[in-house]
Amino acid sequence: MNITVRVWRQKNAESKGKMVTYGVENVSEDMSFLEMLDVLNEQLTLTDDDPIAFDHDCREGICGACGVVINGQAHGPQVTTTCQLHMRSFEDGAVIDIEPWRAGAFPVIKDLVVDRGAFDRIIQAGGFISAPTGSAVEANNIPVPKDNADHAFESAACIGCGACVAACPNGSGMLFTAAKITHLGLLPQGQPERDSRVVGMVEQHDHEGFGGCTNIGECTAACPKGIPLDTISRLNRDLLGALAKGKA
Amino acid sequence: MTTTTSPNVSEQFHAIGPDIADTKAPAGPIEKRWDDRKFNAKLVNPANRRKLSVIVVGTGLAGGAAAATLGEAGYQVKSFCYQDSPRRAHSIAAQGGINAAKNYRNDGDSIYRLFDDTVKGGDFRARESNVYRLAQVSVNIIDQCVAQGVPFAREYGGLLDNRSFGGVQVSRTFYARGQTGQQLLIGAYQALERQIGAGTVEMNTRHEMLELIMVDNRARGIVVRDMVTGEIETHTADAVVLATGGYGNVFFLSTNAMGSNTTATWRAHKKGAYFANPCYTQIHPTCIPVSGDYQSKLTLMSESLRNDGRIWVPKKAGDERAAADIPEDERDYYLERIYPAFGNLVPRDIASRAAKYQCDDGKGVGPGGLGVYLDFAEAIERLGLPAVKAKYGNLFDMYAQITGENPYETPMRIYPAVHYTMGGLWVDYDLQSNLTGLFVAGEANFSEHGANRLGASALMQGLADGYFVLPNTLANYLADGPYEKIDDSHEAVVEARRAVEERIATFLSINGTRTVDSFHKELGHIMWEYCGMERTEEGLIKAIGLIRDLKQAFWSDVKVTGVNEELNQTLERAGRVADFIELGELMCIDALNRRESCGGHFRAESQTEDGEALRHDDEFAYVSAWEFGEERPTLHKEPLEYEYVEMKSRSYK
Ligand SMILES: Cc1cc2nc3c(=O)[nH]c(=O)nc-3n(C[C@H](O)[C@H](O)[C@H](O)COP(=O)(O)OP(=O)(O)OC[C@H]3O[C@@H](n4cnc5c(N)ncnc54)[C@H](O)[C@@H]3O)c2cc1C
Ligand code: SF4
Ligand code: FES
Repeated sequence: MNITVRVWRQKNAESKGKMVTYGVENVSEDMSFLEMLDVLNEQLTLTDDDPIAFDHDCREGICGACGVVINGQAHGPQVTTTCQLHMRSFEDGAVIDIEPWRAGAFPVIKDLVVDRGAFDRIIQAGGFISAPTGSAVEANNIPVPKDNADHAFESAACIGCGACVAACPNGSGMLFTAAKITHLGLLPQGQPERDSRVVGMVEQHDHEGFGGCTNIGECTAACPKGIPLDTISRLNRDLLGALAKGKA
Repeated sequence: MTTTTSPNVSEQFHAIGPDIADTKAPAGPIEKRWDDRKFNAKLVNPANRRKLSVIVVGTGLAGGAAAATLGEAGYQVKSFCYQDSPRRAHSIAAQGGINAAKNYRNDGDSIYRLFDDTVKGGDFRARESNVYRLAQVSVNIIDQCVAQGVPFAREYGGLLDNRSFGGVQVSRTFYARGQTGQQLLIGAYQALERQIGAGTVEMNTRHEMLELIMVDNRARGIVVRDMVTGEIETHTADAVVLATGGYGNVFFLSTNAMGSNTTATWRAHKKGAYFANPCYTQIHPTCIPVSGDYQSKLTLMSESLRNDGRIWVPKKAGDERAAADIPEDERDYYLERIYPAFGNLVPRDIASRAAKYQCDDGKGVGPGGLGVYLDFAEAIERLGLPAVKAKYGNLFDMYAQITGENPYETPMRIYPAVHYTMGGLWVDYDLQSNLTGLFVAGEANFSEHGANRLGASALMQGLADGYFVLPNTLANYLADGPYEKIDDSHEAVVEARRAVEERIATFLSINGTRTVDSFHKELGHIMWEYCGMERTEEGLIKAIGLIRDLKQAFWSDVKVTGVNEELNQTLERAGRVADFIELGELMCIDALNRRESCGGHFRAESQTEDGEALRHDDEFAYVSAWEFGEERPTLHKEPLEYEYVEMKSRSYK
């Protein structure tokens, strides 16, 4: 198939960007979306044009590095990561718009690459269990009901891609934050720091310039790992509980 | 039995140096060696730790765990990774699980059995002392990870669940659905972020190490490029740890992440660090087959699928019928037939080669005949669809996403792909390379797995190195510090920086006609063809010639666009590919020298009558540690001795 892409080109954080149109020919439907960009980049290189910068690494949907807005949708038309999207999802002759995540807390570095460092800083503010190396007790001394373990796992499956932020009209990072609160809050090991965790992480979230959550649900709809919206209710409950105890 | 290789034909390509006499493992009963080493290691008083600094390159399981633990212990740590966040290190992609000798199943497992399995699985090319230690600390790893909140799979009673993995007969693999690596890495990442927040670790993301700094014969620092601004920075410390992962991308197509590279280890090699067993690569039997020449990487389907999936090909060569139309009695479940004791669970090297042979015989399925079936029909009937979904759902989804086929209805097609590299920088028992002050951990070093790695043991090794081994052995080294402070005007620092800047300037000035990827693909073809699943003397010699030509072509005709002072992904790749080309040549020389078959290294000239790998313990029971030379490399042998596990040929029949 032959397609047309319109791609956001921006030289660096300081310069202004614009959409630029390119044709890509002989696209196979078995190609991944990023392989289509590879083909385009080879073409650009050979014609002395600057190849398009985009983040990616595992190309298996697990590292969370990739992520662009495709035709207005974070990660494109399927509920999956950009790297796991295949060209069979598009028609021959399609015109595809490709843009970076757009959010105040994720400044553009170049073309489709943004800075998601804010997510790491939210984790630093409490997204962990303090378990110094070597201090652990025998693993089976901490039984965890299977249901809780399974739910903790489902929240822990967040890949930190940022699609939730890009999809949210408020640019909120609440789904990402809530996924971590839920993962750790469901486990017995996570209880001692439960209050300080939620307070610290939410404070950092706001400090980074993410917007507030108004329960629209676009985040969940775009999330490639299916992190459910009720994690955010859980976060809110935990936060109210902690504040009531005067932990802020 | 065929062994018709000409002796020493490899010696036209390399020199031979003195053997490596001492690996620093304590003597005495194997169960006590690690305790002895820890007891005799020098300690650093907590108040002095703040004055000691360590550079840790890599934030995968090995580097992430090490940086977090060292920071927590009070050392000043500087951590580096090339991704935008330490959480994205390639360990994140590991699917199947992590081994530990907990014996929770009461099925006869023990530290000794895990040790024994790993030594045998490695085809008697790993060090007993190291492997035993690995088995010992495996149990602490699970405890540590659970304490951090890693959500391993559990049973209804709330206790930890296990599964079995290829090459062993006990159930000792801990897992978190098909995302074990992700969950373990998130655990290490969170521990690391906690230290970053506490100010003990300084994190440098999007920084790529491009050179090692040696001062007075000690590793004292690194040169990195800030991948956003292009700035070349130098960092110095009392010790340097490389935990930069494996070099499988030398084959271009592999299951590794796109950015996985050898640059950090290769640069250290060129500064004097020995590169050990570079030819030992693992080809994983269950990957999604190649679909076209635009393909950028291959996707692994976890080995755990072999627990319930049955592998088969049509009995008749060239059978074009759809899988469903081939009746049961016209299918050949060849692994079950040839290896009745282990069936579909034979070790990876054996399963991969068996698939290759079926395809070579024209029985392969799918595009180009490069695939075999992995069939779940029987498992779905036996366990029910919901149980199969619960166990493998995410893998099936991934398969469907990539191929557009539904594996619940039609069997998956799989084919072997490069997956893991057992070779790496040579290290002693303390994980210190032959360069004083340079430590190497995780897949980046050569240790523990010998010539073949058993499933679920790389995660174990990465975390063992990072959480439990390095913090002890590195402290022993640091106890003699702090070393003399080095500033940026030191001659060695200036020189290392200049070398990096010149190299970058060269890449940008060649302005040839070929893209970086075109060279990488060509290298990959050469490696896969001549240094892949089956190697021959003739093929390897040919490959060396081809790689030398490729290197020349690269340095005269590559096209790298843009400038250094910006985010420039082409420039990043150019540096990696240049190093892969040189490593590829060394891999072929190593493979040529090793005139035996062992583990993942199969020399066609050295096989038994029924086509199994034939080792030559009398001649080759050694680690090949290569010293860099401008003209040619020098081989140092580290003899391997087996006091506990009797050297036998592996048999999985
Ligand atoms: C698809 C897949 C599935 C797997 N499944 C399993 C499994 O089920 N069980 C198992 O035991 N093993 C498995 N493995 C193997 C295992 O995942 C790896 O061997 C292991 O995770 C490697 O960890 P590491 O810490 O050594 O390196 P990595 O996780 O690869 O980390 C390397 C780090 O080094 C950094 N780095 C690299 N080069 C540079 C440089 N030049 N400058 C700066 N930083 C650099 C990277 O940024 C990264 O942080 C799997 C591997 C793959 C590919
Ligand atoms: S919650 Fe979902 S969309 Fe948001 S970062 Fe995590 S995986 Fe990505
Ligand atoms: S590249 Fe890793 S999730 Fe897409």
